[in-house]
Amino acid sequence: MTNWTSVCDYADLLPERGACALLGTEQVALFRTFDGSLYATGNRDPYSGAYVLSRGIVGTRNGEPTVASPMHKQVFSLVTGACLDDPATVIPIFPIRVSSGMVEVSVL
Amino acid sequence: MTRVVVVGHGPSAHRLAESLQGFDGTVTILGEEPRPAYDRVALTSYLAGKSAEDLTYPVPDGVTPRLGSRVTGIDRAARTVTTADGAVTAYDVLVLATGSAPFVPPVPGKDLPGCFVYRTIEDLDAIRAAAGTATAGIVVGGGLLGLEAADALRGLGLETHVVEMSPWLMPRQVDEGGGAVLRGHVERLGLTVHAGAGVARITGEDRVTGLVKPDGEVIPAQIVVFSAGIRPRDELARAAGLAVGERGGIVVDEGMRTSDPSIYAIGECALAGGQIYGLVGPCFTMAEVAADRIRGGSGSFTGADLSTKLKLLGVAVAQFGQMSGALDVTYLDPVGGVYKKLFVSDDASTLLGGICVGDAAPYDTLRPYVGKPLPGLPGDLLFTGSGVTPDLPDDAQVCSCNNVSAGTVRAAVLDRSLTDVAGIKACTRAGTTCGSCVPLLQRILVKSGVPVSKALCEHFAYSRAELFEIVQVRGVTTFTQLIEEHGTGRGCDICKPAVASILASLHNAHVLEGENAALQDTNDHFLANIQKNGTYSVVPRIPGGEITPDKLIVIGEVARDFGLYTKITGGQRIDLFGARVEQLPQIWRRLVDAGFESGHAYGKALRTVKSCVGSTWCRYGVQDSAALAIMLETRYRGLRSPHKLKSAVSGCARECAEARSKDFGVIATENGWNLYVCGNGGFKPRHADLLVSDVDTDTLIRTIDRFLMFYVRTADRLQRTSAWLEALDGGLDHLRDVVVHDSLGLCADLDVQIERHVAGYFDEWRATLEDPDKLRRFTSFVNAPGVPDPSISFATERDQIRPVGVSS
Ligand code: SRM
Ligand SMILES: Cc1cc2nc3c(=O)[nH]c(=O)nc-3n(C[C@H](O)[C@H](O)[C@H](O)COP(=O)(O)OP(=O)(O)OC[C@H]3O[C@@H](n4cnc5c(N)ncnc54)[C@H](O)[C@@H]3O)c2cc1C
Ligand code: SF4
Ligand code: FES
Repeated sequence: MTNWTSVCDYADLLPERGACALLGTEQVALFRTFDGSLYATGNRDPYSGAYVLSRGIVGTRNGEPTVASPMHKQVFSLVTGACLDDPATVIPIFPIRVSSGMVEVSVL
Repeated sequence: MTRVVVVGHGPSAHRLAESLQGFDGTVTILGEEPRPAYDRVALTSYLAGKSAEDLTYPVPDGVTPRLGSRVTGIDRAARTVTTADGAVTAYDVLVLATGSAPFVPPVPGKDLPGCFVYRTIEDLDAIRAAAGTATAGIVVGGGLLGLEAADALRGLGLETHVVEMSPWLMPRQVDEGGGAVLRGHVERLGLTVHAGAGVARITGEDRVTGLVKPDGEVIPAQIVVFSAGIRPRDELARAAGLAVGERGGIVVDEGMRTSDPSIYAIGECALAGGQIYGLVGPCFTMAEVAADRIRGGSGSFTGADLSTKLKLLGVAVAQFGQMSGALDVTYLDPVGGVYKKLFVSDDASTLLGGICVGDAAPYDTLRPYVGKPLPGLPGDLLFTGSGVTPDLPDDAQVCSCNNVSAGTVRAAVLDRSLTDVAGIKACTRAGTTCGSCVPLLQRILVKSGVPVSKALCEHFAYSRAELFEIVQVRGVTTFTQLIEEHGTGRGCDICKPAVASILASLHNAHVLEGENAALQDTNDHFLANIQKNGTYSVVPRIPGGEITPDKLIVIGEVARDFGLYTKITGGQRIDLFGARVEQLPQIWRRLVDAGFESGHAYGKALRTVKSCVGSTWCRYGVQDSAALAIMLETRYRGLRSPHKLKSAVSGCARECAEARSKDFGVIATENGWNLYVCGNGGFKPRHADLLVSDVDTDTLIRTIDRFLMFYVRTADRLQRTSAWLEALDGGLDHLRDVVVHDSLGLCADLDVQIERHVAGYFDEWRATLEDPDKLRRFTSFVNAPGVPDPSISFATERDQIRPVGVSS
């Protein structure tokens, strides 16, 4: 089930960079990649426990879009949420879309 | 199913259990200590902050050690052992790995509280507890372990004495000349050495109060540590009627079997070939041989290399091969505290052994040549130390801890296409124990000619230096252009910041300008250092560490108003911790208004130029070191580089600013300045090398300009200047040729680049505050600007905040 919440203007997101949205008590990391695609994951870095993933460097590994934790550099897939250095660790991923210029995510 | 029972759980038992993995039978270990086997070689690091867990070896699968179980008797007829709790355990094969115990000479008072030995984690806990109320400590025994214990007492803040029976320290590793040089080092560290002295008695009523030497001299102390040699723990074997040596040790044959064929003995308790081995390397080999025999093999132990290389109290001491010979060649530098001696055969053709104090370079290069033709003239070998890099013969042993030869390493490199030392360690075990052979492994790797990949990451097949050339020559200005024309994919956390740094070094643009912003890691992105709870720290620049009272007050007020944790850093400036991203611009607004600018503590860039007060105030100063430090910090501030850059200027040779631990350090002389380069504190400390001496200020600055720019152009990503110099072909001489004698014709270019940097400098924080677009990013939540991150919270400790609630 999806329950879309509008969080910001698409233009507020910078290409190849993340930002964080607060939905209730949930922190969601939003990413806009170079080709304009959007991804949403949990903001909590499971290794350090800090809420910082939206501030990591965005890139690709073998073509898959990724973010590297700014704390200790573990790399996560933006598509599956799996840590590519340690596949047993997975961060939550959330549905995200653009609707009339606004970015919407669903945390349900 | 064979039931193997092992008595003792030290390093030897551990290696045995590892070597028995997959063996068809059971392995039971009975250990007296309350914890599984740990790395006793690294024991002292426990006092320096390592935990017992850090030192403990992983217990191999399928083995369950019974801890706190002392074996009290062996019934050879019934093939059982009894432990102190009364339990009886049956064996088919018994392995004694009981190690040794420190020898405590039978002197009056030796059992008083305050007397210790230095062997287990519990011993160290007891010494640390006693040191709390003590002021002075004595180590009885000036050998390898005694000096290690002395270093530990010194580290615990005690006035430390070493009492050694022989006329000089470490008599088993060095000769008299080496002993004299070693003593000089030890005394300079503030320890008192009593050589050629025994112990008459330990004084004290119900606690140690001191030690009396045979000549009547009294040394007051509250702690005495005995480290006067080891005695094999052969008491169980003796009681069971096994053969033991006259001076102790369980007699074993080449297969590590005792006089009872179902009982083996390995490690420090075993007397193999008439000798007790007190080093872990041979103990490991014995364990492997016993394991092989238990599996039905025919391995044998025929003696071992007793070479040692260690760093005691910061002094390198090494000994290899024989300690005497027909001919010897000695190099002695009493001022620098270096002593090196080689023993060679009477026709001077074969290397027999050597002793090094203060500089162990010959150990690394020459140890594998023991018993082989000398690879050069003895004098040259000693003077240049590492001057020779010939190919090692295949049978030369490179790792003595794990008995691995050059041939084995080479074969592993070729057969498995290894490209790094980590791979060699995993395949051969070489380098995994004391680590002293790692430089040798690296050399074999490089000499093997394997293509050690220089590619930065999967996106660029070029090294950082090559990318720098590409960016410069082709005039590339953006990451997108570079990756589209010269790379693949979209980059990552390795290549993006590296390219951002190259663009910044060459073009001086703001690190948050346009597309650059997306390349930066979080520190550069928020112009602050991330902390463990996701907050940031703020470090304003304080050039040379000099600051007016008014500016100090501003820092205090800002810290107070924003509730920041405040600390004086090791870089002579002040760090304010615990700021949330949305607070950073507000904090910097206040700091910039008061005349501060970014300290680049977050960037791979110039950090600080530390200084001493110099000739202005100090009665010894010969030049104005503070003024020069401020000038240098101002000149190079903001220069982005492959790794951070640090500097210092001292006003005289006393070196209060510690310039020789810096990437570039300057020390004043009567006639000008000496410039030292490529020093490092940190993980692998290195003293900086003298590049030019007695130069005037203009020459000094021109030389530093070129040095820095040459480094920025040619170093690898995250390679500090020290590692860069060590990898530079031709080393210091080549560097001097390039930046002083312009051997590559580069200097004019380097000069232009530095001038462009100096002229183009602006304060990143001021520029950020002036640009609403850049400021927009400083918010915790894009949908709720101004709302603080609820995951961040603090507690109070010593009247300041500290982060709480972050799990790790
Ligand atoms: C704050 C400070 C400790 C203090 O409380 O005194 C400090 C703190 C950090 N140091 Fe340091 N170092 C500090 C002085 C030093 C010094 C002493 C000095 O500069 O004289 C050294 C040894 C000298 C040297 O670099 O050669 C030092 C060697 C390191 C290293 C090891 C570098 C190496 O080459 O091995 C690292 C790790 C790295 O850079 O990769 C490091 C990294 C760090 C980082 C950046 C770790 C991190 O990524 O979070 C710390 C964060 C600083 C912050 O959040 O503001 N810090 N660090 C000091 C800041 C000095 C300043 O004013 O800029
Ligand atoms: C401070 C220090 C520094 C050192 N530095 C170095 C170095 O730099 N290089 C180097 O090569 N070597 C060094 N050594 C020596 C190295 O630690 C030893 O060679 C190694 O520990 C020997 O291993 P082992 O298993 O034979 O004996 P041990 O480590 O002594 O282990 C034997 C174990 O058996 C247990 N035990 C004994 N009797 C019984 C019994 N009856 N029942 C049950 N358990 C029993 C003991 O409690 C102990 O845990 C150092 C030693 C010390 C103390
Ligand atoms: S280095 Fe020399 S001039 Fe500077 S404070 Fe120390 S003694 Fe004085
Ligand atoms: S010589 Fe000790 S690990 Fe190789």
